[in-house]
Amino acid sequence: MCLAVPVLVVKRLDGDDAVIDAGGVRKQVSLALVPEAREGDYVIVHVGYAISRLDPDEALKTLALFAGMESAA
Amino acid sequence: MKYVDEFRDGQLARILADRIAQAVEPGRTYRFMEFCGGHTHAISRYGVTDLLPASVEMVHGPGCPVCVLPIGRIDNAIALALEHGAILCTYADTMRVPASERSSLTKAKAAGADIRMVYSAADALRIARENPAREVVFFAIGFETTTPPTAIAILAAERAGLANFSVFCNHVLTPAAIANILESPQVRDIGTVPLDGFVGPAHVSCVIGSQPYEFFAEEYAKPVVIAGFEPLDVMQAVLMLVEQVNDGRHEVENEFSRAVTREGNGKAKALVAEVFELRRSFEWRGLGEVPYSALRIKTKYARFDAEKRFGIVYRAVADNKACECGAILRGAKRPKDCKVFGTVCTPENPLGSCMVSSEGACAAYYTYGRFRDREAA
Repeated sequence: MCLAVPVLVVKRLDGDDAVIDAGGVRKQVSLALVPEAREGDYVIVHVGYAISRLDPDEALKTLALFAGMESAA
Repeated sequence: MKYVDEFRDGQLARILADRIAQAVEPGRTYRFMEFCGGHTHAISRYGVTDLLPASVEMVHGPGCPVCVLPIGRIDNAIALALEHGAILCTYADTMRVPASERSSLTKAKAAGADIRMVYSAADALRIARENPAREVVFFAIGFETTTPPTAIAILAAERAGLANFSVFCNHVLTPAAIANILESPQVRDIGTVPLDGFVGPAHVSCVIGSQPYEFFAEEYAKPVVIAGFEPLDVMQAVLMLVEQVNDGRHEVENEFSRAVTREGNGKAKALVAEVFELRRSFEWRGLGEVPYSALRIKTKYARFDAEKRFGIVYRAVADNKACECGAILRGAKRPKDCKVFGTVCTPENPLGSCMVSSEGACAAYYTYGRFRDREAA
């Protein structure tokens, strides 16, 4: 149940809920634990609840790290 | 950026493999435990082991929530449905975990128990609202990732005055289990392996942050690198661990900085602290009784605690003698060391819990690597 991939927040609904897109599959989840998430953000969802918002800048830094280009980030 | 394909790139994987090969010191071996079943799954699925030098060995840890649930707890869940007549709501992962007397939730359901698979604790709440004349119990399992949603469900039930909803709480804690693998005399007696460092949890750390690992990195002088669940994340973490070992460092480093902060998710942690408190001890399959390694529902919310409501008594049950799940969960054995692996025990007909969940080491080996596991060094 930990095998979750990042999903795209497509539309915020009333309250804490939002529609997400997981590779073409749309589903309603709760953003109660990540209230700062906006439409267009990627979040990690577990058992119907987003638990973390992905930081694009940190992601780019990590990708640069893979290639051994720490200073490029 | 979709945060998936970029972190599975084959070209980058080869670059990382070269860098790891250059980093390892000749004549030295490196044994790293990936705590999480999610990492075990990624390592098996993407063949990460084949890209690592022979001197780097990945040891699989107990971080599979379904795998570590002891038989006695599944028996309790079955009794809630069969003897107490409750509607038992459960995540799908637990349905086929073997219980006592060759039973399981799936078999109990076939025998007439009202057991319903749910995707989320919120679904269990909805079922309770729709069935006011029935007792509805949510079978809550999992590490720190699934605990906050359970807390939200209990608080929502209280707000709504839902009198027929309760939770059978089996939530467990990651740092306690890692410390236990390193120090428990009981685990030492039943056999474990010397480790040089840990690949730290991805999603668990989203919730609890990197800070909780600092104590044992220092106390046990073992490096920890928190890593995402994609194959390149695991390889980068291995490189960082090799460098720490070479330098004689034992720090907590965070490879998964795109999702994990030092503090974690404050809102989630506050909800968990409001509803749950530490249990003095909890039995883990494979590790035995582990002190302060699990949560129970606070007295303040006792009316939502299925254990109190139905007078549940826990009775420990020994695993099947032929099954090596216990030793595999401690990293002391590998799936192929088990005599029944892939013969009597398969994902279609699992004998042990490690073959049930997709995060289990045996299921990962069976699905992706059973014919190509290299000989144990």
